[in-house]
Amino acid sequence: MPAAPSGPATSEMIPLTRDLTALRAHAKAMRRHVLRMAEIVGQGYVGQGLGIADVLAAVYFSELRTRPAEPTWPDRDRFVLSIGHYAIGLYAALAEAGIIPVEELSTYGADGSRLEMSAPETTTGVEMTGGSLGHGLTQSVGMALGLRLQGRDARVFNLLSDGECQEGSTWEAALAGAHHQLDHLIALIDCNNQQADGAPSKVMGIEPLHEKWAAFGWHTQRVNGHDFPALLAAFAQIRTTPGKPHAIVVDTLMGRGVKAFEEREKNHFIRVAPEEWSLANRQLEETA
Amino acid sequence: MTGNILTSDAAGAAKTETAPFGHALVRAGETDTRIVGLTADLGKYTDIHVFADKFPTRFFQMGMAEQSLIGAACGLARTGLVPFATTYCVFATRRAYDFIAIGAALGRANVKIIAGLPGLTTGYGGTHQGIEDLALMRSIPGLTVIDPCDAIETAQATAAIAQHDGPVYMRLLRGVVPVTLEADYKFEIGKARLLVDGADVAFISTGLMTTRALEAARTLAASGVKAAVLHVSTLKPFDRAAVAALLARVPRIVTAENHFITGGLASAVADLAVDERLPIHLKRVGIPDVFCESGSLPYLAERYGLTAAHLVSAAQEVLR
Ligand SMILES: Cc1ncc(C[n+]2csc(CCOP(=O)(O)OP(=O)(O)O)c2C)c(N)n1
Ligand SMILES: [Mg+2]
Repeated sequence: MPAAPSGPATSEMIPLTRDLTALRAHAKAMRRHVLRMAEIVGQGYVGQGLGIADVLAAVYFSELRTRPAEPTWPDRDRFVLSIGHYAIGLYAALAEAGIIPVEELSTYGADGSRLEMSAPETTTGVEMTGGSLGHGLTQSVGMALGLRLQGRDARVFNLLSDGECQEGSTWEAALAGAHHQLDHLIALIDCNNQQADGAPSKVMGIEPLHEKWAAFGWHTQRVNGHDFPALLAAFAQIRTTPGKPHAIVVDTLMGRGVKAFEEREKNHFIRVAPEEWSLANRQLEETA
Repeated sequence: MTGNILTSDAAGAAKTETAPFGHALVRAGETDTRIVGLTADLGKYTDIHVFADKFPTRFFQMGMAEQSLIGAACGLARTGLVPFATTYCVFATRRAYDFIAIGAALGRANVKIIAGLPGLTTGYGGTHQGIEDLALMRSIPGLTVIDPCDAIETAQATAAIAQHDGPVYMRLLRGVVPVTLEADYKFEIGKARLLVDGADVAFISTGLMTTRALEAARTLAASGVKAAVLHVSTLKPFDRAAVAALLARVPRIVTAENHFITGGLASAVADLAVDERLPIHLKRVGIPDVFCESGSLPYLAERYGLTAAHLVSAAQEVLR
């Protein structure tokens, strides 16, 4: 099949950088957005939003080729959020990248808002409706197959969770990704050591994850999801490893950047008292 | 309005009970040691944690894997146990449909599937709102399908299905659950209950919509309209005798369900009217043919037409 024609570059791409100071500044700004959204709703997935901010900053500002003014550009790299409840983190990234307006973040979770607590694909910048967990990698495989068939030079990044490593569909898609040698497919597996009923080790053991993904035929790496040099090195290694899909298991800390949330008893759904928010904001500013 | 997505449906209820399913399952489990529990990473969110705390060795956490959950429940049943498996409506019925149809129903496994977040009892949009689960479950031969109204009925139905031999799908009202039926209410599998009699118009309702039908009947009574309320908590097997008797007596009918208006209660009533050649004037109140938005529960009930006021208007329409 001939390559589908892509139109001329009508808009600017997000400028990508490997500068650590710049990436950390993006992550900090995203965490501020997360706290603002979470405070309005009063509770919720603030732990996930803070925990994933560094990984999302690394993806959106060092890897992902997208055009903020043209979100449906056919040659864009796809970022597929499987875990719909991490929407708070995604919206922060989309706002920081200029794909949705920062002012709109104040409507997060409100009746009638498109920034639903679980991200719907009708919202600009959201590639797939996640939230029924275990869908993300299956659709990412399809996108990777489709982009390759059409000769588009685009990659697919899928963020999934440790909990999703229990869904059979995740492993069915993992087989397919390796079988079809989708080396432009990257699965980021967020290990925050948490799911609805507690830690995965208590709920349903999933380790050793590195060995599992490798055994399924994926080029696998495992890094600290708050270590920007390690994240960038992992992305660099992907570019020099052809023939296989890529898994990066990222170990993250829920609530990262706000000491009070990092230290509280881990919970899938955090309840925050109204008076705690000013402390949270202060602690975020004090964190390097 | 912001932040109301997490408002529970019990907001404003005069009387409530906490985790009626979990406590009823403990009571059943105390006398019947065949009863075991399972969940797919939703123990805390489906009230079965009460059973898990009481009987830790009789509880199996299956992880977030709904097909495996239902399959394992069927396997447990084949060893003579009585498994209660919990998750949300959407994940049980959409993800594990084949496992319910074949493992539980065709295989006649004695499993009880307890499914949370029916209809618009969650603000989390199309991925979490079980709007077509009753239609899916009613379409499976041999499956018993129940949609309880309140805390009292949830507890009674839990006890009843524990004794019943055969696969059951029951919708779950979880957490702080309103008490809206009278204290002398008696649940029986397969039996509809006439809660209020009236000759002008009849509400035929299921699940939590019965609470709203009772409210609508009170509103209508104030303006001199006598409305009956027939509560049909067992969708399958359907109480054809009780419903047909009402249709014959009161042909102006409003059905009310916290579910898609096709494939659930309204369809069962319409099928029966056709089969029995009963001329009725039917208005269906339920969720329209769309995936619903995300939002607070009062907002959703208003937006998709499920309030008591909507039932009053529907009754006035069939009376015209
Ligand atoms: C198929 C499916 N089953 C169950 C759920 C309910 N659920 C929502 S989040 C969650 C926990 C999943 O684990 P993870 O994504 O690791 O959670 P977190 O780290 O955010 O606590 C569960 C079971 C769901 N959304 N989808
Ligand atoms: Mg997790």
